[in-house]
Amino acid sequence: MTDLTKYTLDEALGGMNKGDFTSVELTQAHISACESATELNAFVTTSFEQALEAAKNSDLRRAKGEIGIIEGAPLGVKDLFCTDGVKTTAGSNILDQFEPTYESAVTANMNAQGMVMLGKLNLDEFAMGSSNETSAYGPVINPWRKEENLVPGGSSGGSAAAVAADLCLGATATDTGGSIRQPASFTGTVGIKPTYGRCSRWGTVAFASSLDQAGPIAKTVKDAAILLQSMAGYDEKDSTSLNVPVPDWKASCGKSIKGQKIGIPKEYMIDGMPDDIKKLWDNGIEWLKDSGAEIVPISLPHTKYALPAYYVVAPAEASSNLARYDGMRYGLRTNGSDLNDTYARTRTMGFGDEVKRRIMIGTYVLSAGYYDAYYLRAQKVRARIVEDFENAWYKCDTILTPTAPSAPFALGRKVVDPVEMYLNDIFTVTTNLAGLPGISIPAGLNADGLPLGLQIIGKALDEDTVFATASALESAADFNSKPAKWWIK
Amino acid sequence: MSNQKNVVNVEDVKKIARLSRLHVEDTELQSLADDLSGILGWIEQLNEVDVDKVKPMTSAVAMKSPMRKDIVSDGGKRDQILKNAPKEDDGFFVVPRSVE
Repeated sequence: MTDLTKYTLDEALGGMNKGDFTSVELTQAHISACESATELNAFVTTSFEQALEAAKNSDLRRAKGEIGIIEGAPLGVKDLFCTDGVKTTAGSNILDQFEPTYESAVTANMNAQGMVMLGKLNLDEFAMGSSNETSAYGPVINPWRKEENLVPGGSSGGSAAAVAADLCLGATATDTGGSIRQPASFTGTVGIKPTYGRCSRWGTVAFASSLDQAGPIAKTVKDAAILLQSMAGYDEKDSTSLNVPVPDWKASCGKSIKGQKIGIPKEYMIDGMPDDIKKLWDNGIEWLKDSGAEIVPISLPHTKYALPAYYVVAPAEASSNLARYDGMRYGLRTNGSDLNDTYARTRTMGFGDEVKRRIMIGTYVLSAGYYDAYYLRAQKVRARIVEDFENAWYKCDTILTPTAPSAPFALGRKVVDPVEMYLNDIFTVTTNLAGLPGISIPAGLNADGLPLGLQIIGKALDEDTVFATASALESAADFNSKPAKWWIK
Repeated sequence: MSNQKNVVNVEDVKKIARLSRLHVEDTELQSLADDLSGILGWIEQLNEVDVDKVKPMTSAVAMKSPMRKDIVSDGGKRDQILKNAPKEDDGFFVVPRSVE
C-alpha cells in the first residue's frame, strides 16, 4: 500500500473523497509515523486514542455526506491552544498538569470542520524563543540535519518539525514575532501568519496580545490556504477579532499574478547576510518576474527599529499576561512562608530563564517613571513602521523578502548575548508590529543542503494576493526536497 | 556584554524581581543586571526615531471597539473552574493566609 503520510493535505482530502482510503486508515498511518519519530520530540502530548475515535466519527459523517473543509485530516495542534480534556502546557512547567475544560476558538472551528487531532506539539516556553530550546519538555530536533542535530526554529518548532517529517498533514501554530514563518523557513515547510484579527485569540495562551496571531504550518501553499480557512473567522469572545467574511483562499492559489507589483525593500539587505540567502532572494525576484510580475524597489526606512520596538512591546504585554500565573486558581503552586513568598516561589519554579528575563524586561519598561520613555515611545515607533508600509502600498501590491537571516543552526549553540537570538526575527517582526499577513515558502537549499524560505508580505486583509503570489513562487521554485528519514530505525 | 554604562544595576534587579513576583538568587543578580542592561541598551536606539506628533499605535487594524449588552452570557461552571485548582475544598479555592 502507498505510504499515506506522503500525501499533501489537499491530496489526502481528495483521496478520502474518492474513497481511496478512509480517515481511520489515514490516521493510523500518521500515528505509526509519530510513533517511529519520538526522537524528534515534536509532541508534548499525543492523543492517538481520541484521534482514532475522531477518525471513525469522521468516516461516518462522510458516509452521510457531511464533509467539512478538513474532514478526517490528521493534524497537529501547537500546545498553546487550549483543548478540552487534553493537557495544554504552553511548553512550561507552570502549566505542566493543566487540562482545560474548554476548547480554543481556533481548534473549535477546526473540530467543526472535521479535524482529527493527533496531539499537542512542542514549542518554546510560552512561545518565547526562536529555536524551540526554551521548552520545559526539551528541544525539538529538526528533521533536516547535517552531521549534527539542528534546531527547527521557534517558537512553533514542534509544528514545523512534525509537518516536515510527515507526522501530520498540517499543524496549527502561532506567530508573535516570526514564530510561524521562521520555523517554516528552517524546515522546508509553508507557514502563514494572517492579518491580525483573522483568527480568534480566545482560548490560546496569551504571550503579547497585540501581536499574537494564529496560523497554519503546512506542506504546500494550497494546504496552508485550506487550513487557514478552517481556523479563521469572527469570534465575539475576542474583542480584536475582525468581523469580516473568510474568503475561499484555496481558490486564490494558482491565480495569475501578471501585472502585480512586487516591492523589494532595500533595508532588508542587511550587513552580513549569507550569500546563499542573497542568491535565494535574487532567484525569487527572477521567478516572480517570469510569472509576469513587475519588480519595484521600495524603502521601509524604520525597519531597523522594528526589533527593538518589539522587545519593548512584547515583554511589556507578556509581563501583564503572565501575571495570572500565581499558583492560586490553576497551574503549579509551590508553598512558601506567606502569600507573597508562595507567589514568588511558584513563579520562580514554574518559569524558565527566558520567560523570567522577558517578564523582568516588561516589568521594567512598564514601571513608574519609564512608561513614556520605553512603552509609549515604542508604540510611536510602531506607528512609524505602519506608515512605512502604507507608503509602500502606493508603489506595490506585495513585498518579497527572505524569511530568516540564516539557515537552521546547531542545537545547543552557545548564545551568550540574548540579543543575538532575537535577531532571528529581523525580517518577520515588522508584519507583527503592523498587523499584516506574511507567508514563508520553501524556496531552495543552501550549500549544506538545508532549506531556506522566502517571505511574501501583503496588505491587511489581502491574504488573497499573498496566496496567489506565494503559489506562483512555489511553482517556480519547484522545491520538492524532503529530509531523509534518519529517525526511522 | 560590553555596555559601558549599565542601565540596570543590582538594586534595580532586586526591585524588578519583587515587582515581578520572582525570586532571584544573590549570585544571579549581577549577570541578570548585565543581561537586562544589554537588552535595554540595545533598545535605546529607539531614541533616534523622530516620534514628534506621532500618535502611539493602539491596534493593528483600524476598528471600533465592539460593544455588547451588559448581560450574563456564560456561567454556572463552578466545578469546571475548580478542576485545575492546586487546592480546593467544598467548592472553594484554598489559598495561603493573606491577613494575619
